[in-house]
Amino acid sequence: MNWVADNLDLILGLALTHLGQSAIAIVCGFVLSLPLGWVAWRYRLVRGPIVVLTGLLYTIPSLALLILLPSVVGYSARSQENLIVGLTIYAVAILVRSVADGLDSVDPDIRQAATAVGYGAARRFWTVDLPLAGPVILAGLRVAAVSTISLATVGILVGVENLGYLFTNGLQRRIIPEVFAGVLAVVVIALVIDLLLMLAGRAIMPWTRTASAATARRRIVPMRAAA
Amino acid sequence: MIEFRSVSKRFPDGTLAVEDFSLVLPSRKTTVFVGSSGCGKTTLLRMINRMVEPTAGDVEIDGESVLVGDPVALRRRIGYVMQNSGLMPHFSVIDNVATVLRLNGTGRKQAHERARELLDTVGLDRALADRYPSQLSGGQQQRVGVARGLAADPNILLMDEPFGAVDPIVRADLQQELIRLQRDLDKTVVFVTHDIDEAFLLGDQVVILDKGARIVQVGSPSEIIENPADDFVSAFIGAERGHRALRIKQTPRGRFVVDSEGRTQGALLDDADDPSTASPIPEHAPAPEPVEGSGPTP
Repeated sequence: MNWVADNLDLILGLALTHLGQSAIAIVCGFVLSLPLGWVAWRYRLVRGPIVVLTGLLYTIPSLALLILLPSVVGYSARSQENLIVGLTIYAVAILVRSVADGLDSVDPDIRQAATAVGYGAARRFWTVDLPLAGPVILAGLRVAAVSTISLATVGILVGVENLGYLFTNGLQRRIIPEVFAGVLAVVVIALVIDLLLMLAGRAIMPWTRTASAATARRRIVPMRAAA
Repeated sequence: MIEFRSVSKRFPDGTLAVEDFSLVLPSRKTTVFVGSSGCGKTTLLRMINRMVEPTAGDVEIDGESVLVGDPVALRRRIGYVMQNSGLMPHFSVIDNVATVLRLNGTGRKQAHERARELLDTVGLDRALADRYPSQLSGGQQQRVGVARGLAADPNILLMDEPFGAVDPIVRADLQQELIRLQRDLDKTVVFVTHDIDEAFLLGDQVVILDKGARIVQVGSPSEIIENPADDFVSAFIGAERGHRALRIKQTPRGRFVVDSEGRTQGALLDDADDPSTASPIPEHAPAPEPVEGSGPTP
């Protein structure tokens, strides 16, 4: 444990870098997934190909992707951009499906009601479809965030520094606490981000709380009546 | 005035939902489309605000075709109330009612002020304004739906089986409320239902429809009950049974009206009595006189 106490600054610095890399990838992945997911939802014919292709991205081994990407795109394998682009691709792989599923989950009657009272197509998407797809998209976003934060550690293998450094360095120097410190830091960051996303979801989508409370109440009432 | 001119609608899958339908719906009256499910009544309703585009013919509002111009702008001028209220689950009650006003560009504060007045109009407590639809009962949700339909003060109100999903007591309540509203507001209401009693209760003009939106009979409730066009209409309105097939029963206390099951529905009053109280079927029929022997003993 001495090692951890002596190197708190290092751990904290790496954690911040790690968080930064992951956050950019999650945000980029989310922003890219919205139009892709919308297209997949809107045009039935392309839905299969889009969901399958983006899903296939997830099966590319991460190390291979980080080695191959630079030669395709033309930047240094050791640059942060390389890792961020790779992580973004994995986030997209998860999120496109969530966005399409989320838009699918919106009650068609409500969509029709919105049209009937005079929503234009664009306004309806932003104020009706997207918010109502929110809970499903958020569920996907939480999975994507946690997996991105965990996956980012692979960057160290191509020379991008973050919490992964503690794994390779600890392994080479046989400092087991260093490896554990790395694991713990990754887990803590992932849990904190997950919690923040959940709280943000509650704040942005207040109606989801009351809806579940209302169904819970309804479930209790008949039981009381039966008793 | 809404006018259907030889309107047809064939859906992409080949079903002919409406075939050569022509009808005039008078202004400031309630027209009810009634028929069994799949007869095309909802399709007719949705052609008025272009939720459904006719494949042939035209629909005109006050002489202007609805097919000219922007459908979104058209829909904002026409109130729409649907089954299961169709409220936005993620908007509070007040935001739901204010929806159309906000779409029309009214400021938030002003729209909310008007929405609060509308809650009063439809008989809802203003305290419900900040709740979400899922926190209301079915009847309350339906009232919010009506308030939303009325918010932009449209001349036309389309109602697609609005009371179909609530229990009979709440439904009766909402029907009376609609009659009261219509007396005050004087809208052109187009109402779709499969319930013939509801049609007769609410309609100034009742349109009985068969498959393909074929008009079987059009008329006031009295005209249809007194003069059903054919056996289909007789069977559909139940002219030969229940509370529509009434007989007179002579008792020592006067004449009473009984239905086909022999249940007394009400007293038969003489013409000399005030006609306004001489409703043919009073809602709370006086109990039949006790039969001999069961009366109070001296």
